[in-house]
Amino acid sequence: MSASSYTAPILAADGTPLKKSLSRALRQQKRRALMLIAPLLIFIFVAFIMPIVSMLFRSVENDIVANTLPQTVMALQSWDAETGELPGEDVYAAFASDIKIAAKAKIHTKVGLRLNYEQSGIASLFKKTARKAKKWDMETGGPFKEKLIGVHKNWGKTEIWQTLKIHSSRYTTGYFLNAIDMRKTAMGPQRQAEDKQILLLLFQRTLIMSLVITGSCILLGYPVAWLLANVPVRQANLLLILVLLPFWTSLLVRTSAWKVMLQQQGVINDLLVQLGMVADGARLVMINNQTGTIVAMTHILLPFMILPMYSVMQTIPPTYLRAAKSLGATDWTAFWRVYFPQTVPGIGAGSILVFILAIGYYITPEIVGGTKGVFISNRIAYSILKSLNWGLGAALATILLVAVLILYWAYDKMVGIDNVKLGG
Amino acid sequence: MNVTKTFVATAALSLVTGLVIAEEMTIVSWGGAYSKSQLNAYHNPYSAKTGVTILNDDSSSTAVAKLRAMNEANNVTWDVVDVEAGPAMQLCDEGLAMVIDPDTMLAPAPDGTSAADDFGDMLVSECFIPQIVYSTTFGYRTDLVGSTAPTSVCDVFNTAAYPGKRSLFSVPINTMEWALLCDGVAKTDIYDVLETPEGQDQALAKLDTIKDDVIWVSSGSDTPQLLADGEVIMGATYNGRLFALIEEQKQPVAMIWDGQVMDLDGWIIPTGLSPERQARALDFIMFATDTQRLADQAKWISYGPARASSAPLVGKHAELGIEMGPHMPTAPENLERAFLMNYGFWADYRDDLDAKFQAWLAK
Repeated sequence: MSASSYTAPILAADGTPLKKSLSRALRQQKRRALMLIAPLLIFIFVAFIMPIVSMLFRSVENDIVANTLPQTVMALQSWDAETGELPGEDVYAAFASDIKIAAKAKIHTKVGLRLNYEQSGIASLFKKTARKAKKWDMETGGPFKEKLIGVHKNWGKTEIWQTLKIHSSRYTTGYFLNAIDMRKTAMGPQRQAEDKQILLLLFQRTLIMSLVITGSCILLGYPVAWLLANVPVRQANLLLILVLLPFWTSLLVRTSAWKVMLQQQGVINDLLVQLGMVADGARLVMINNQTGTIVAMTHILLPFMILPMYSVMQTIPPTYLRAAKSLGATDWTAFWRVYFPQTVPGIGAGSILVFILAIGYYITPEIVGGTKGVFISNRIAYSILKSLNWGLGAALATILLVAVLILYWAYDKMVGIDNVKLGG
Repeated sequence: MNVTKTFVATAALSLVTGLVIAEEMTIVSWGGAYSKSQLNAYHNPYSAKTGVTILNDDSSSTAVAKLRAMNEANNVTWDVVDVEAGPAMQLCDEGLAMVIDPDTMLAPAPDGTSAADDFGDMLVSECFIPQIVYSTTFGYRTDLVGSTAPTSVCDVFNTAAYPGKRSLFSVPINTMEWALLCDGVAKTDIYDVLETPEGQDQALAKLDTIKDDVIWVSSGSDTPQLLADGEVIMGATYNGRLFALIEEQKQPVAMIWDGQVMDLDGWIIPTGLSPERQARALDFIMFATDTQRLADQAKWISYGPARASSAPLVGKHAELGIEMGPHMPTAPENLERAFLMNYGFWADYRDDLDAKFQAWLAK
């Protein structure tokens, strides 16, 4: 058509169509921008995302049994764990061979420690067996069933073999089951023994107490933020420094200070006794329990609530309130119908910050929480640092992470994440 | 250009001096008074002798987890690590600590006794070089316990005679042994009983009788503070902490040498070190765990040297001038009613009992 010659593309100076040339320039610009932030992206990926993912991955990873005891795992496949009968000589022989090889390579204790998380006593059983097995001759040493039972009577119990079989797969749900007070058995997942159920309780307690802490931060922080936003600038700056001051003090110092304040021979109790409000023999118990945790953590997290609220309140023109009142609203109506709705984004931002920080706290509950005020993080710390059960620690952490994401999603649905403002 | 020249010269110079003083090693310990005693008895003399710079890292309480992480990353930055016997065995089992041959790697006693005989039963793991013996025991406020002072560990469970709060560690280790001991189980049977679910219930039932009177603590520094504040009338902590509270801070506190649980603290050398660093670490260990050096540490802290040959050499406290012999957990009169921890048992049952214990605490 002749129209085509009419709409011939406009050419740039070098003869390429302008559209193409422009998009190339834009692409280049984008690439340059990407290259500028690339170091940061790579850094975040390598130093933040990868370690977290690899740590969380441990909650399902269970290579160690299959890698250390390959023949046993193979031989156990044909054994029915539910019959209550001991496996045959082939399984015993396979295990004797595996543990001998493992003992030579000095890796038998690792798998022993792994299985000891599932059944107490396996760690020392493996160690003892490996010491003996090093001297066995695989060709002529049999039958190994009698030999192993001779080393320790537990080799004659089906429980040990069941544990071995259940936890032999390369990927396991075992850690996640343990994290919710259940365990893998030959008969499928079952509840953990009642006197060992603790983790669900701690999850529940962590969520409830974090909500209480967030709530008390809102109650205490709102008036302070309002004051900050409404006094003259000079006084506001001074107040702001007072809010920020705790930030510059070590967390441990602040937590320990609460101990001095709240303990039974502490400042508050002494004062109350001197004033005659409390009898000397009936001093209040305000620490080493949930009260202690809530008080100390509310204090520590308060700035995270005040600052977002303050920055939102600063942007609300005072004329709105005056307008409301001049139109006949009472003080309360003016506040509740006009002022408060505008501060909701600040409350939302502060609440998310405080809540998410609170559920991950562990130092403060450890110091002032006693036995009823500890969080799930304290158990995660125990698994990671003390018992080295990183699988369980990772499972607990994953559950916590997912819980936060779900709450975040719910918050987004109910309030809308666009309504969250950190300022401006 | 002048600036560039200066810069290059400085860089070259620092490179050269860097090479000269490159010999440094990182030693991990607990910090506080304990690290100070090691600094005075081991680190400073060793640096003076060899010119090696020693860097201190106070990470012992999390050493096991950190060593595992370092090992997985193939980047072990620690040369010598101070840990308790239990964690040392755990590290040994995980292959994170190197096996030590006492005959070739440790110094014999001055009279020629081999290191293996000199340390004797203290060599609880093939990776562990014992350094000190410490005890977890009870201190009490002399002014708050009435006219008859407690003399037995079981007085902790006697709330009728000694009303008031007491502090205990919020872990099953030691606590459950004491509960069984005070419930009439013979010392030699305790671990056999604790192995059974009934025995565990028995221990927890005994602890139930004082549960409301206990402040549960997590660190060794908690009880001394609680005692000093009068928050508790008696409480469990390490004997060195109580010594400091009584003798250095002059608090009205005394300690009970009964049913105290003896434990060991010592060194391990991580696996995965380069040959030079390993040789340096072994050289340090050879020096720092000889008879005289172990006795020297007792000048600074009331923990007993792990070598038999060191005991006669223990002298006076370097600053207080107190004769340290009677304050050692290894002194014969203190040993009489002591209780030795069974590491093997706790290696097997720690996780299981910890879950039970925490569930019981949370109830």
